[in-house]
Amino acid sequence: MFGYYLDLALRSLKRNKALTALMVLAIALGIGTSMTTLTVMHVLSGDPIPQKSAQLFRVRMNVFPDDSFRPGDKVPDNLTRRDVEALLRDARADRQAAMSAGAMVVAAQGEPLRVATRYTGADFFPMFDVPMRYGRAWSRADDASRARVAVISSVLNEQLFGGVDSVGKTLQVGEQSLRIVGVLGDWNMNPRFYDLSNGQFGDSEQVFLPLSTALDLKLSSSGSTNCWSRTNDARAADAPCIWLQYWAELDTPAKAATYRQYLQNYIALQQQAGRFSHAGQAEALDVMQWLDAKGVVPADVRLQTWLALGFLGICLLNTVGLLLAKFLRRSGEIGVRRALGASRRAIFLQCLVEAGVVGLAGGVLGLALAALGLVLVRHQPTDYAAYIHMDLRMLLATFVLALASSLLAGLLPAWRAMQVAPAVALKSN
Amino acid sequence: MHFRHILSALGRHRIAVGLLVLEIAFSCAVVCNALFLIGSRLERMQRPTGVDEAHLVEMFIGSVTRGSADAVMAQTRTDLAALRAIPGVANASVVNQTLFGNSLNASGVSLSDEAKAPSIPVTQYMGDAQLADTLGLKLVDGQWFKPDEFITEEQLESGHSGLPVIITKALADHFFPGQSAVGKTIHAFGTNRVVGVLDRLVQPHDSGPAEYYGYAMLFPVNLPYTEGAYVIRVRDAAQRAAVLQGALRALKADGPLRLISPKYAFTLESQRDKYYRNDRAMAWMLVGVCLLLLVVTAVGIVGLTSFWVAQRRRQIGIRRAIGATRGDILRYFQTENFLIATLGIALGMVLAFGLNLLLMRHYELGRLPGYYFPVGAIVLWLLGQLAVLGPALRAAAVPPVVATRSV
Repeated sequence: MFGYYLDLALRSLKRNKALTALMVLAIALGIGTSMTTLTVMHVLSGDPIPQKSAQLFRVRMNVFPDDSFRPGDKVPDNLTRRDVEALLRDARADRQAAMSAGAMVVAAQGEPLRVATRYTGADFFPMFDVPMRYGRAWSRADDASRARVAVISSVLNEQLFGGVDSVGKTLQVGEQSLRIVGVLGDWNMNPRFYDLSNGQFGDSEQVFLPLSTALDLKLSSSGSTNCWSRTNDARAADAPCIWLQYWAELDTPAKAATYRQYLQNYIALQQQAGRFSHAGQAEALDVMQWLDAKGVVPADVRLQTWLALGFLGICLLNTVGLLLAKFLRRSGEIGVRRALGASRRAIFLQCLVEAGVVGLAGGVLGLALAALGLVLVRHQPTDYAAYIHMDLRMLLATFVLALASSLLAGLLPAWRAMQVAPAVALKSN
Repeated sequence: MHFRHILSALGRHRIAVGLLVLEIAFSCAVVCNALFLIGSRLERMQRPTGVDEAHLVEMFIGSVTRGSADAVMAQTRTDLAALRAIPGVANASVVNQTLFGNSLNASGVSLSDEAKAPSIPVTQYMGDAQLADTLGLKLVDGQWFKPDEFITEEQLESGHSGLPVIITKALADHFFPGQSAVGKTIHAFGTNRVVGVLDRLVQPHDSGPAEYYGYAMLFPVNLPYTEGAYVIRVRDAAQRAAVLQGALRALKADGPLRLISPKYAFTLESQRDKYYRNDRAMAWMLVGVCLLLLVVTAVGIVGLTSFWVAQRRRQIGIRRAIGATRGDILRYFQTENFLIATLGIALGMVLAFGLNLLLMRHYELGRLPGYYFPVGAIVLWLLGQLAVLGPALRAAAVPPVVATRSV
């Protein structure tokens, strides 16, 4: 029966090519724009590190002194050096790393190069599953001894050393030389969740070195620094400034619960020690909670998605109208089929098959339009443009959306068509 | 034209008419709000900065080896002299932060030095005595800093207090509404006396509520080049590229090994373009969606009207046979469309208002100004009339003889 309906549908669609084309075009435009924006949403709200996102926790706390504390304010993202050093000393998590972004100028043949840098700890590399092409990351002992070591990206390795194994060579930073102990493999996190304050999307840093070393050498850090009182050196051990990011790896939910309790105890101890009299706040957010809290998907993208879905709705309304016109135009034909014994259900199904065929055709064209739309998105000068691509799931979703929306649009016209009274239709013909 | 006849005819197609009315209503609502969004983006992109944008270029220089503070300061003076000697350069200066740049330097500012006093974050520009002239800033009240008021960076770092400050008119109006700010005191770096009021200067990039964009302060500090950027004003806008080339050459010719690269040298105009690129992209996207939406709505009108024309061929033939002119038939369909569009637009206005409330709640967006409603209405009326013209002309072309051909 289905094959017969399909045949009828194709015949009917061929009979009025202009109207069919208009319907397919309307659905395709709606599907194309919706899938373009939904793909952008899908990529931007994706999990950058799916294998570990539930085990990595961003630690935030509020240790403002009383006169800078405003109840109801959001918990600050960054920590003071004092708290970071205390947490690192306790080392209650399976792995933990404090970090900050920085920038430095390294000597190279010809022109010096400005490179983006991350100052962090030895645990950073196993925590975030960072692959190494040559050598290995520095050790916790290097952190403790403020060793003059660095890990560089494969891009910088290509630029400075032509891509060969550069482990053991030196990186000249001002008067200081750093020994290269490792070269990264391909590693880019997008969104760059471990530090969203220096561009949410983009390449990973070119140079990594121990935070202790960077502090020792007084290398300049970048990113937000918030001090609650005047200080000469915002990076000093007891500076009243929050500027360091802190991540902990906790492999089981039980450990995470224990760690959260530890943070509460830590805050309580700080309060007892007289740093502040308010209750203080401390929390550990896993990767997806953290991305959610930071609102990584830009407001513009959300707005575009709603706009596109609204547009799809209007396209569907349009399709309902056109299908209605199409089916009712065939009242005579439907009357004949009814008179020959077709049930209302049969007419209804036949009409829905026709709507589905229009929907699938619209889906195919819509996919082409979405591909075009994504090319446009990739040519936009946004920082996430390069990472937008369609995957298999979105491809399937396109057809599901096209089919579902065309069937939905077909319901009302098919219902009207099945109510055509055979006698009236035949007489008026 | 008898509306009553048209209405009773439409009454026989209630569902189709309802669909068309809904489609026009939703289109109207989306188009009104989209036009408003486009308008507010364009307005945002045209905000003035208060500096002589067309004539400014800037360059960031990285130091490779850290010299002594005195040596860096001496190098800065040498550089500035070299930059000012380049043909076509009107003035050059060091500034701690650049407009449309990534870095934003701000202090909490309040009217009292009590710790609990309400304060707002205000961005601070610091620079030498030539900065105001280089940027092309305009003073509306008070005076510029005196030469002996400029301090060094070390003095600033060591907690120098009592620095005079020049603030923008927007900030002055915020703190001292209805009175002159000159001679008043604000608390930013300790206690600061206001000596002048600028017509306008803005944050490097939007930070905080929209009205904070025009809040800025200027402090008299002689900075070394490592703490900011060189900003250069050229005499002729056409010479910007040439001056940048000359400036890179001049700085490379002298001084220690430094990071001097065209990668970190820009015209302010290109920085502005880059800063607003998302807004521009969004505005174009909205224009695109509006056009597509109108096309789809027109398609709907054409499709349904064609169906009605085909269905009523005999009735049209009969009307022609008993004396209706082609013009009568044409006007019939035009009037019918006008009625449907009017219903749709009326409903669309209500929806547009509701959509605007929704947008206001979830996005930072103001109330939809009243003049967008008639604009949306006229657009959809015109669209309806254009879309109906084809089918209506076909209807008008139906010959009277159709009336006699039956079954």
